[in-house]
Amino acid sequence: MCSINEKTPWRTPFHALLICLLCALVPASAAAERIQVVASFSILADLARHVGGERVTVTALIAPDTDAHGYQPRPSDARLVRDARLVLANGLGFDPWIERLARSTGHDGNLVIATDGIEPLEDSGTHQGHGHDHDHAHGPLDPHAWQDVANAQVYVRNIAAALARVDSEGTAVYADNAARYAERLRQLDDEIRSTLSTLPISRRKLVTSHDAFGYFGKAYGMRVLPAAGVSYESEPSAAGIARLIRQVRREKVPVVFVENISDPRLIERIAHEGGAKVGGKLYSDALSGPDGPAPTYIDMMRFNLDTLMKGLLPETG
Amino acid sequence: MIANEVIGPFIEFEFMRRALAGCVALALGATPIGLFLLLRRMSLMGDAMSHAILPGAALGYLAFGLSLGAMTVGGFVAGIVVALAAGLVARSSILKEDASLAAFYLMSLAAGVLIISLRGRNLDLLHVLFGSVLALDNASLLLIAAISTFTLFALAILFRPLVLECFDPSFLRGISRLSPVAHYGFLILVVLNLVSGFHALGTLMAVGIMILPAAAARLWARSLGGMLALAVAVALVSGLGGLLASFHGDVPAGPAIVLTAGLAYVGSLILAPGGLIGTRLYRRPHLES
Repeated sequence: MCSINEKTPWRTPFHALLICLLCALVPASAAAERIQVVASFSILADLARHVGGERVTVTALIAPDTDAHGYQPRPSDARLVRDARLVLANGLGFDPWIERLARSTGHDGNLVIATDGIEPLEDSGTHQGHGHDHDHAHGPLDPHAWQDVANAQVYVRNIAAALARVDSEGTAVYADNAARYAERLRQLDDEIRSTLSTLPISRRKLVTSHDAFGYFGKAYGMRVLPAAGVSYESEPSAAGIARLIRQVRREKVPVVFVENISDPRLIERIAHEGGAKVGGKLYSDALSGPDGPAPTYIDMMRFNLDTLMKGLLPETG
Repeated sequence: MIANEVIGPFIEFEFMRRALAGCVALALGATPIGLFLLLRRMSLMGDAMSHAILPGAALGYLAFGLSLGAMTVGGFVAGIVVALAAGLVARSSILKEDASLAAFYLMSLAAGVLIISLRGRNLDLLHVLFGSVLALDNASLLLIAAISTFTLFALAILFRPLVLECFDPSFLRGISRLSPVAHYGFLILVVLNLVSGFHALGTLMAVGIMILPAAAARLWARSLGGMLALAVAVALVSGLGGLLASFHGDVPAGPAIVLTAGLAYVGSLILAPGGLIGTRLYRRPHLES
């Protein structure tokens, strides 16, 4: 840093002083530099931000309110991944491209799968009676594990451990942040359970345009009807839509929910013909922007719970 | 029993009735336009134009979201601009119309893809670009029906100059000043119907319901009236058949409809008097062919 001055002799003591000061500042600012963390999508990034706190800068590759399915990494993403100390992926077939991206950019840091240790669910009914003729990014496992708050606890533990590995000085801070955040998650979990338990059993049914709520349904006792054949194929079949309409009619599902990321016209049609109402938007794979109703994971789960209750509570109640 | 298989889905489900209504409207409006495209040897131009609609529809979508009006206007404007620009270049440079059209449609296709991927929500839009014949809401159904109605009236008015333009454009230019009216009026109709087909079947397959029934009909009929009637009939049957295939066979509806029309075309190619066997079987005196 100081060597550039070899040719230009220091003209005044003041210049010399200035340069020495600058040189002294460099190591200090390097120490204060935050750990660069890249997460594949917005929900994971939010969890990492809570665990990392002030010591990290977290960037999500898939922006808020954006569909993770069929996501194509851009060159700027490659640069982010290359420069990151830690790369966080969801795994379970949600973001398989990130591993390739990390390898191809020569990323020498850590790639951590946040769902390590979670007991995965099979991908529910999406592929029922259907050839694999679509490029749905999911494998046979359901990747939307974060919809169960207990799983989010596992994410948090994994993220804290990973951060401690790349930045051992911060181990205590990360453990502390993780513990505090875990407590908030426990409260969230209780809140979801106690709120949903006020619903009559016959109304604990969930139909959405995309099967992202398998974990949610299992954890909180909601019956999730698979939107078979009408999720993310480029074009749904008439048979798939008819199957879902019949199911909505048979089970007397009161409300059908639209998610933040898909074509609403289809779900409106299904609701109308099944004799159900169209409920509000549920956030499944992505947070909203900072000004939206679900800028963080906890906000998202609360907002979804609210939307569910508004739709599913019997009118008279 | 068979009646049950055919009629049952439409009785039970409104979305099937809506899809059928959309197909009927397309068959009545877009297919006659397809026949004129075919007779004017512009079938491939129809395909090129359908791609030219993409950037306009994409811009409309990005600006106003999933708005029927914005995507329709955007697609229409983009289609007209490409058609006019291609015609202008063809008349005033040494490039022929096919070359200039290809150049413009490739550019607009690339622009469309670029616009889509500038924003992250690309799959969302792809969903829309593949069409949604099974999710036709009131607005899109009305739009398709309105465009078909307009097309029928416009065709009735333009019929004579258009037919002349098809078979002897220089004669039409010689005897009437209506030649440009016929030409540009027809272009507008083509773009309008592509936009309407795009709402039901998507940009990639809108041309299928225009050209395939027309090509099949051309192989059977010799009079223009016969061709028109047969083309519309083939399109109607393809719409019905495709929807039923989608219902009973669990396949996507848009491709099923276009492939049913394709089946009619291949069958005609083999059996019809103008087809592969027919031309050998019913050989006519030289003078007529």
